[in-house]
Amino acid sequence: MMRADLELIYAWVPNGARVLDLGCGDGTLLDALARDKGVSGYGLEIDLDGITACLEKGVNVIEQDLDQGLANFDDDACDMVIMTQALQALRRPDRMLDEMLRVAGECIITFPNFAYWRHRFYLGFKGYMPVSKSLPHAWYDTPNIHLSTFNDFERLCRDKGLVITDRAVGNGDHEGHWSSRLWPNLFGETAVFRVSRRDRVSRQANGQGGSEP
Amino acid sequence: MPETLPADSVGLVTPQTAHFDDPLALACGKTLPAYELVYETYGELNAAGSNAVLICHALSGNHHAAGYHGTQERKPGWWDAHIGPGKTIDTNRFFVVSLNNLGGCHGTTGPCSINPETDRQWGPEFPVITVADWVHSQARLADRLGIERFAAVIGGSLGGMQVLQWTLDYPQRIANAVVIAATPRLSAQNIAFNEVARQAIRSDPDFHDGWYDEHGTLPKRGLKLARMVGHITYLSEHSMGAKFGRDLRSDELNFGYDVEFQVESYLRYQGDMFSTAFDANTYLLMTKALDYFDPAGAHGGDLAAALAPAQCPFLVVSFSTDWRFAPERSRELVDALVRAGKSVSYAEIDSLYGHDAFLLPDERYQAVFSGFMKRVVRDLRLEGK
Repeated sequence: MMRADLELIYAWVPNGARVLDLGCGDGTLLDALARDKGVSGYGLEIDLDGITACLEKGVNVIEQDLDQGLANFDDDACDMVIMTQALQALRRPDRMLDEMLRVAGECIITFPNFAYWRHRFYLGFKGYMPVSKSLPHAWYDTPNIHLSTFNDFERLCRDKGLVITDRAVGNGDHEGHWSSRLWPNLFGETAVFRVSRRDRVSRQANGQGGSEP
Repeated sequence: MPETLPADSVGLVTPQTAHFDDPLALACGKTLPAYELVYETYGELNAAGSNAVLICHALSGNHHAAGYHGTQERKPGWWDAHIGPGKTIDTNRFFVVSLNNLGGCHGTTGPCSINPETDRQWGPEFPVITVADWVHSQARLADRLGIERFAAVIGGSLGGMQVLQWTLDYPQRIANAVVIAATPRLSAQNIAFNEVARQAIRSDPDFHDGWYDEHGTLPKRGLKLARMVGHITYLSEHSMGAKFGRDLRSDELNFGYDVEFQVESYLRYQGDMFSTAFDANTYLLMTKALDYFDPAGAHGGDLAAALAPAQCPFLVVSFSTDWRFAPERSRELVDALVRAGKSVSYAEIDSLYGHDAFLLPDERYQAVFSGFMKRVVRDLRLEGK
C-alpha cells in the first residue's frame, strides 16, 4: 500500500515515461511504476537505508544531494521529474523548480501545506510552530527550512510562467473530501502539483507529441 | 589460519591452473603464443551455469581472494571480508572465480615465466598488457569453466576497470557490473605517482634493465620505494594520522636521518615486505595497464559514447576519503552512464580509510553491496539450495 500522495502520482505518470525521482526514499514509487507502467529512470537519494532498499528492489538509485542541483542531467533528459516531500527541505526551492523543468518538460511536486487548518490552529491559537503528521519535527531540528502554502506555490509557478496542469491534496483527514477540493489551502494537508513548462503545454495543444496531457 | 574456521569462511582452497594454447593477440600488437592462468573458485557452479561471479584483482592482488591455502597461512585471501557463505558475495548462491591476471607474479604467465622462443625468462620483454587483454583472457577462462555469462563481474580499483571493460567488450556475457573505488581513466596526478614508482624501480642499480634475475639480484630498494609511495596513496590523511600521528619510535628526537616517526617505520616495513614478495617487472606492467586504461580515448574523450555497448545494470561505489580514485572519478562514470541511458546505481560510502576502504569490512559498504547482490540472486533465481 502506497502513501496517498504516491498513489496520486502513480496515476499521473504516463506509461513508458522516463522518470527522475528526487528524494526517492526506498524506491516504492519507481518500483511500482517500473513493474506496472514500464517506466524507466533513476531515483536520487542521500539516505543510505533508502539507497539499500532501492538496490534490493532493483531500482536505479544515485546518491546525490539535491542542493547540488541536477547539472549531471542534460536538458530534457527525461519526461517527468517527481519530487515528493523534499521541496521544503531544499536551500533554494525556486532554483530546484527551474532545474526540474530544465531536465523534463513536466514535473510533479508534493509538499506539506503550511496553511492547512491544523497548522494554522497551532500557530494562531496555541502560538507554537505547528507539529503534525506531515510536519513531525520540532522547530529546532526540522529539515524543513522553506515551508510554504498551497497558495504560495501557485504564485511561484505563476511568477515563473509555468503551467499548473493538475493539483490535488493528499494524505490528510480531508483527503478527497469536498472541503479540501473547494478550499485546498485550508483543508489540504499535503499539496500535490503537476506543473509543465509553457512550451511543453503548447506543443501538446498543437498535437506535436509530448507525454499524455 | 584460526584453529577453528569461522562458519562464513570458504575454508581451505587450492589454486588451479588453466593452460591455453590459442595465441592471444594483445593490444600492443604482440601475441602471446601460449599462457597459463592460475585461479581459485569458491562455491559450486549450478547446472545452468548461471551463478558464476568473476572477481577482478587490483594492482598487487592475485587469485587468492578468499579462504586459506593451508593451516599455516596467517591471513586469508585479500577479499575474504566479502566472499564466503552468507557474506556479500554469498558462496552458497554464487560460484566465484578469481584469477591472477596475465603479467602477474603469482603463477600466471608473466615476466617471471619462461619465454618459449628464447628459453629464458621473459623479464622486461614480457609484452605490456592492457585491461582489455586481461578481459579477453578472462573470457577464455570462462569458456574453459563452462560459463557462458557471468551473473556479475566485480572488482575494486584496477579491478573495477576490468569490470567496466567487460561491459564494453562482452556485453552479452555479463549480467551485472560492480565497479568499486575505480575511475574511468587515470588523472595526471595518478600517472605522476605511477611514474615515480616506475622510476624508483628502474633507477635501482640492481634492476639491470629488468634482467635482475639473470644477474642474481633483486631491485629491492626500488620496489620498496615504489610500494612506499603507492601505500601513501592508498591511505587517507586521517587514517595515517589516527594510526601513527606524530608518534616517535623512541622517547626523544635524535636529530638524525634514521627512522624516528612511527609512520616512517611502518612505510619501510611495508616496503620491505613487498620488495621480496612481488616482482618488479610485474609492478611496472601493472602501473602501465592503469595508465593506458581510457575507454573514452577512442571516442574523443566522450565517455558516454564509449559506454554505448554496455547493457547490464551497474553498481558504482566510492569512498569519501579516497583521494587516489576520488568519489568525483566514480561520479564521472555514473554521469556518463546516465547520459548513455544505462541502468546504474551509485553510493558514496562515508569512510575514514581512503582507497583501501574497498578491501575492508564496513557496515554501510556491505549493506549497499549486499542489497545489490540480493537483487542479482533474485533476478537470476539463485535462491534455491
